[in-house]
Amino acid sequence: MFIGRRRRSAGGEAVRFAHCLSRNITPLPSVELLGGTPAHCGPPFPPMGARRETVGACAVRALAGRSTRVRLVLAAGSRSAHGGEHGAGRPYPRGGLRCAQARRGLQGGTDPEAEEIVQQLIENSTTFRDKTEFAQDKYIKKKKKKYEAVITIVKPSTRILSTMYYAREPGKINHLRYDTLAQMLTLGNIRAGNKMIVMETCAGLVLGAVMERMGGYGSIIQMYPQGGPVRAATSCFGFPASFFNSLYEFPLSKVDSLLSRTFSIETLPSESEDNIPAEEESNGSLDEKPASIQETEEESTTEATMEGNQTEEQETMDLAAEDTENKESKEKGNKENIREKQRKQQERRKKLVEAAALLKEKNADGLIVAGRFHPTPLLLSLLEFVAPSRPFVVYCQYREPLLECYTKLREKGGVINLKLSETWLRNYQVLPDRSHPKLTMSGGGGYLLSGITVVMDKGKSDAGRLEAQKTEEPTSKKRKLEELHS
Amino acid sequence: MSFVEYGDTIQEGDTAIVFLGHESMFPVKVQHGSKTQTKTQILYSTDISLITMMLELKPGSIVCESGTGSGSLSHAIIRTVAPTGHLYTVEFHQQRAEKAMEEFREHKVEHLVTVKNQDVCKNGFGVSNMADAVFLDIPSPWEAIGHAKSALKVEGGRFCSFSPCIEQVQRTCLALEEHGFTEINTLEILLRVYNVRTISLQIPDLGKAAEDNSNPGFDSSNQANQGVMCGSQQQGTAQFKSGVPLREMVGHTGYLTFATKSLS
Repeated sequence: MFIGRRRRSAGGEAVRFAHCLSRNITPLPSVELLGGTPAHCGPPFPPMGARRETVGACAVRALAGRSTRVRLVLAAGSRSAHGGEHGAGRPYPRGGLRCAQARRGLQGGTDPEAEEIVQQLIENSTTFRDKTEFAQDKYIKKKKKKYEAVITIVKPSTRILSTMYYAREPGKINHLRYDTLAQMLTLGNIRAGNKMIVMETCAGLVLGAVMERMGGYGSIIQMYPQGGPVRAATSCFGFPASFFNSLYEFPLSKVDSLLSRTFSIETLPSESEDNIPAEEESNGSLDEKPASIQETEEESTTEATMEGNQTEEQETMDLAAEDTENKESKEKGNKENIREKQRKQQERRKKLVEAAALLKEKNADGLIVAGRFHPTPLLLSLLEFVAPSRPFVVYCQYREPLLECYTKLREKGGVINLKLSETWLRNYQVLPDRSHPKLTMSGGGGYLLSGITVVMDKGKSDAGRLEAQKTEEPTSKKRKLEELHS
Repeated sequence: MSFVEYGDTIQEGDTAIVFLGHESMFPVKVQHGSKTQTKTQILYSTDISLITMMLELKPGSIVCESGTGSGSLSHAIIRTVAPTGHLYTVEFHQQRAEKAMEEFREHKVEHLVTVKNQDVCKNGFGVSNMADAVFLDIPSPWEAIGHAKSALKVEGGRFCSFSPCIEQVQRTCLALEEHGFTEINTLEILLRVYNVRTISLQIPDLGKAAEDNSNPGFDSSNQANQGVMCGSQQQGTAQFKSGVPLREMVGHTGYLTFATKSLS
């Protein structure tokens, strides 16, 4: 999974490495790799292949510990952008990427090679001497940062992945901030042995977080919209295969028929075939492509996103077609492929039946909803599958849909302790006698609506509704008066 | 009553939560023929969620904690690390330690927790190179950093300290750096709760009403910003749903300082 272009936060790199690990990139015999990077002036991150392998090798070494520091020296010859800045000088070797020995605890140390590069940059700079002392310091700091990158390789976790996604690709996870996700996991009482229903369009991050918290005990039913379940982020967690045995998926489009007891597996074959490419995509093979699509998604309406999904699917289909063309000569492999496909399809269908059975029991231990869909219809339907006295949490980037959802749920009854909340997160600079909140903070991490299901008495639901209105009326009147007076 | 399992029905000896209305919930012990007793609400669920995630707790984690206090975080940790993990919790006050142990037994989680009655700053956690995470909620966390480090696994782990005062945080951060911890990060999290209300605002009469009685121009032009406007509104008022912040909220609980012990 290559999110973003260049190193920025340690978290991002870490995940990148971690993902390489999980995808079994063949380790190189040595970490020292001087890539034959072309003298390239285009995209800022061209030696993708070489880099990926290097990274894989580093990561393999790092496997021993939970986190390891690695020094990666980037001789930035592949980037021309700063050529003009330094005039004639680009004294360091062109191209190439060297991942120096995987050393640990290097954070404070200096790297002779980077030092040398910076020194030469200073010598060749025409403007350096005219700068003030502070500006010179700043210049050196900046350059050092550029040529001397210390990277920490860490095991993937919800903490790492959610912080990274929020920092780098917030659009993909509907701007779900990591502390908001933390709230969801606690409010939803996620723990081993639960039977959870998860409906999310956050690239599979929420699903992954739930899976991590359940540790492979219990079962999870992932509800998915048209196009199949997306699990790009889920695959980054590096879960053992056994975790996926108890993970089921069920299409949202079949929820109504399941609730009205008209659901039958016969109506499904076309649906499950649709899922094949989508799932391939979700495994992360095409991660780079959807990135651009998802970005446009963010600004457009849901209708447009559906189109986006379709194009994604088409792309994958095309790729699949190409693949098969290449393999025509190898008929044997092809046949095996088909058999494999059939087997997979059968397996999928079996799982779908199991998922339907699990839902039909209507005794789920919780419901987690997060994503770009309007929460009201989702909640009104999906809460039917949840047992009484169980928590549910809905995440929405905006407050208004949750206000409506709150009202609708109160009207319907069967839920208590409805709570609309948001968290503020502040980072601190801590230095002796100079501690204070950091200058900037996140403006918003989204809103949560949480509550607890209770047994609903048919007769009483109307009473509850009346009561809801009653309790609301006086306050609104009071409020009105307040507004008038103020 | 078990804290790590759901049950279908309420049984004698259970603690049931009675919900009377918004912001009015309290636990009641289900006991035959005896008076019901109430307890205070558990604190800091907002902080607990962030702690749990940032310490990377999950089923199977080994966690050290001090002090146990009321045991609200202990219970949260136990439920997260169950069924295969373990919590070692150290409490300085003997009475509190005993009370906590009693509660763990009552909640059927005693197999997941070890309570020790000692001073963590002097005697540590009683485990070494075992923990995936260490949590400190003590007046002088900087004195326990060394013990925290030795309790954590050789391959590393996560650390968190909860302190209400910034001076404590400063000393803790210095001690963390001295002991070679990395990724030192101090955070503060605040919960903002909104009450959902239907609000009516009066539309001022600027004299235009006379010209266009049926549909005031003001209201149609502003409809987009105002959110849901009720169709059956009284003349001259606009209704909408709003999330109204509480008049007063918890503005500070404590600073959370996180750090990582790397493979050394």
